Amino acid sequence: MPAELYLNVAVGGVLTGLVYGLMALGLSVIFGVVRVVNFAHGEMMTIAMYIAVTLFTAFHLDPLVMLVPIAAVMFAFGYVLQTRLINPFITRPEYTQFLLLVAVAIIIVNLLLIAFGPDAQNVQTSYGYDSFQIGPLIVDATKAYAGIAAIVVAAALFGFFQYTRPGTAIRACADNYTGALVVGLDVRHLYALTFGLGAACVGAAGCMLLLIFDVTPAVGPAYTLLAFVIVITGGLGSMPGALIGGVLIGLTEAMAGLLFTPSAKSMFAFGILVLVLLFRPQGIMGKKTS
Amino acid sequence: MIVRLFEGVPRRGLAMLGALLAALIAAPLVAGDYLLTVLILILYFAYIGQAWNIMMGFAGQLSLGHALYVGLGAYTAASLYIHFGIGPWLGLLVAVPVAALAGAFIGFLAFRFRVAGVYFAILTIAVAEFARVGFDHLAWTSGSSGLFLPVAQYTHNDLWQLRGKPVMFYYVLLAAAVLAFIFCRALLQSRIGYFWRAIREDEEAARSAGIDVFHYKMIAVVISAAMTSFAGVIYAFYYNNLFPEQVFHISRSIEIILGPIVGGIGTLFGPILGAVVLTGLAETLTAALAAAGIDLPGAKQVFYGICLLLVITTLPDGVWPWVCKRIGLAERKK
Amino acid sequence: MSALLSVSGVSKRFRGLVAVDRVSFEVPERGIFAVIGPNGAGKTTLFNMIAGVFPADTGTITFGGQRIDGLPPDRICRRGIGRTFQIVRPFPALSVEDNVIVGALLHRHHVDAARGRAHEVLRRLDLYDRRDQRASSLTLPDRKRLEVARALATDPKLLLLDEVMAGLRPTEMDRIVAILRELNRETGLTILLIEHVMRAVMALATHILVLHHGAAIAEGPPEQVVRNAAVIESYLGVEVVE
Repeated sequence: MPAELYLNVAVGGVLTGLVYGLMALGLSVIFGVVRVVNFAHGEMMTIAMYIAVTLFTAFHLDPLVMLVPIAAVMFAFGYVLQTRLINPFITRPEYTQFLLLVAVAIIIVNLLLIAFGPDAQNVQTSYGYDSFQIGPLIVDATKAYAGIAAIVVAAALFGFFQYTRPGTAIRACADNYTGALVVGLDVRHLYALTFGLGAACVGAAGCMLLLIFDVTPAVGPAYTLLAFVIVITGGLGSMPGALIGGVLIGLTEAMAGLLFTPSAKSMFAFGILVLVLLFRPQGIMGKKTS
Repeated sequence: MIVRLFEGVPRRGLAMLGALLAALIAAPLVAGDYLLTVLILILYFAYIGQAWNIMMGFAGQLSLGHALYVGLGAYTAASLYIHFGIGPWLGLLVAVPVAALAGAFIGFLAFRFRVAGVYFAILTIAVAEFARVGFDHLAWTSGSSGLFLPVAQYTHNDLWQLRGKPVMFYYVLLAAAVLAFIFCRALLQSRIGYFWRAIREDEEAARSAGIDVFHYKMIAVVISAAMTSFAGVIYAFYYNNLFPEQVFHISRSIEIILGPIVGGIGTLFGPILGAVVLTGLAETLTAALAAAGIDLPGAKQVFYGICLLLVITTLPDGVWPWVCKRIGLAERKK
Repeated sequence: MSALLSVSGVSKRFRGLVAVDRVSFEVPERGIFAVIGPNGAGKTTLFNMIAGVFPADTGTITFGGQRIDGLPPDRICRRGIGRTFQIVRPFPALSVEDNVIVGALLHRHHVDAARGRAHEVLRRLDLYDRRDQRASSLTLPDRKRLEVARALATDPKLLLLDEVMAGLRPTEMDRIVAILRELNRETGLTILLIEHVMRAVMALATHILVLHHGAAIAEGPPEQVVRNAAVIESYLGVEVVE
């Protein structure tokens, strides 16, 4: 196979990986701050994807254009979920939190199944078949836009945490829960804010991903797992790690799909997960916990 | 030894157990076909729930990929039957070690490298998914197109080949569930059971009391996997078809854990009660919907999700401990 | 009296901090050896190395003539060293009896035999009447005694006690001191304890080791150590001597 093909597939993989990274970013932020393992992450993204699909089918609204409103809706969803359901579980044993979100995930997937049926739905934008040519590179327009959007949103999120007051407050919470309480920060509100942000992230990622892939209710669990693989590979709680992990997985997936059979590509993701768990459980960017 | 097994159980409890057993033995005589299939499902989940409970309730390791062992047991026995004509009970001799080996593999990876808690759960999910995709591509078991056991009209029940009417499967599963129950009770009361409970409570403290934690966790995983694979063999010969997409799917793994969690992790009756409540109610729901002419694929799963949610938020120890208090039996949460 | 435990040149660094600095000492059989010193002196780190929680960077630890440094905690317990934790860690959902049975099962294969031994230990530690209670429902002093009971049930030759007196009222403390002395006298159990409560140390110890900034600054019989100028200055203060 010609070298350009590898290059094109690789670039496509990296761009898709950026979107994966954004999705995983949401998970990492939630875990890093609220210390909750959000097992309903992919399912939440599926909700966003279905909203986007519906809006497109009904009103021809481009998912990227609807990105902000959909992210806002997901933010609200995440905020409410955290305050109403998850908050009491922060002090409970880890596995009960986990199972709580497993329950939420099951409910979401199957409600979506009832509402939308099992068939795949997708979005055919006007630029759906376009591509850009940069030298020898041929890049799909959809992937390019999605990748750029992912970078923009991720940058916005970084900026939020670094430069705004709520963002700094959240980081304080993550670093030192008791200290934050002592200083008078409304931790419960901040937690809910964080969960909402994580959900918004994942909502945005969903809009982008819709440009590249179809959506069925079943993709929810698959993306949840993928998000976990990325976050663990990149380092639980590390924001840059999530993006790096995402790109790595996107790239691996694309190349595996090219070199082997496309349907086996998830096996590689899991292979990476196992290797990471065994040899570097703190991930690429994570700190070793003693 | 039988006496020892029932030590500490109040007379009322024993009487109820006896009555329950008698009812279960007599059930097929009065139950219609549909009810029989529901009962079979209940027994299947009660049995498998016990097996899972060993890993989680006894040794404290959350496995969300138990469908792996079901699938391995099912595919091994089915393949041996189809390709070599080897009956299921002999096939068990191969299926159980295969599943046990898989369990040992996961256990070794996890425990040697200190993969615990949520990470362990994710590892189990990953391995099951790996199997699902892997078996999709495995030619010897017909990959994604499915493995089919030859089904013909049977005039009699063949226990040896497990070919026959549902009634036969009912009694096999009933025997299995009863034996599993007795086995688990014996385990809990044994030295291993004490060590498992110590590990579940506090691994470091257990170590300081001289317990080789790795060793006993491995035992739990291997026993749990081996027991589960038996259910897989029954699954294969009862349904007569296997698809990797279904058998190894994460939904199967979640169905397995629902019973014990709703019923009560770590208790002996939890998995049984959970299986009865969940499967019973779910099937009732499906039947009611069908009667009303509504066909909602996914309704049953939503129901499971809601049940799980309710139990986790309101009765985290499960329904059985709550029931115990109500009817005045104190099964100490062992 | 021969040395049951021999610690030689043991050190431990955590990144830049030297927690334990080439400490050497010997614990004689049937002795009661106390390790004292200000907070941060390295006492618990030393303990954890002996108990196998983490390995020493340098030096050797010998028990009963055999090297034990580098062994994991469960192997060390099986060799005959029992330990308690500074922050008590009983098995919360298990009953008092079951907690101790776990310990007794180490060297016994039948639950009945273990139960017998557990009852013996529980009686000695004054917990027999509460044997059916859940460990999590016990008061702190009782939980401390439970931990000692569990460790004792493993039939140790050496018992490591990590600040077992902390948080106890004087009467409770006197009780534990009496129990420990009885054990030492009647069964020959060797005891190595970290302690802050000087009253208990003086009542129990046959030897004292004083640590400061990870290094040993004094060692010897209690009357001697307590009058040591460096010890008084770094830790005790003048009042204790009176």
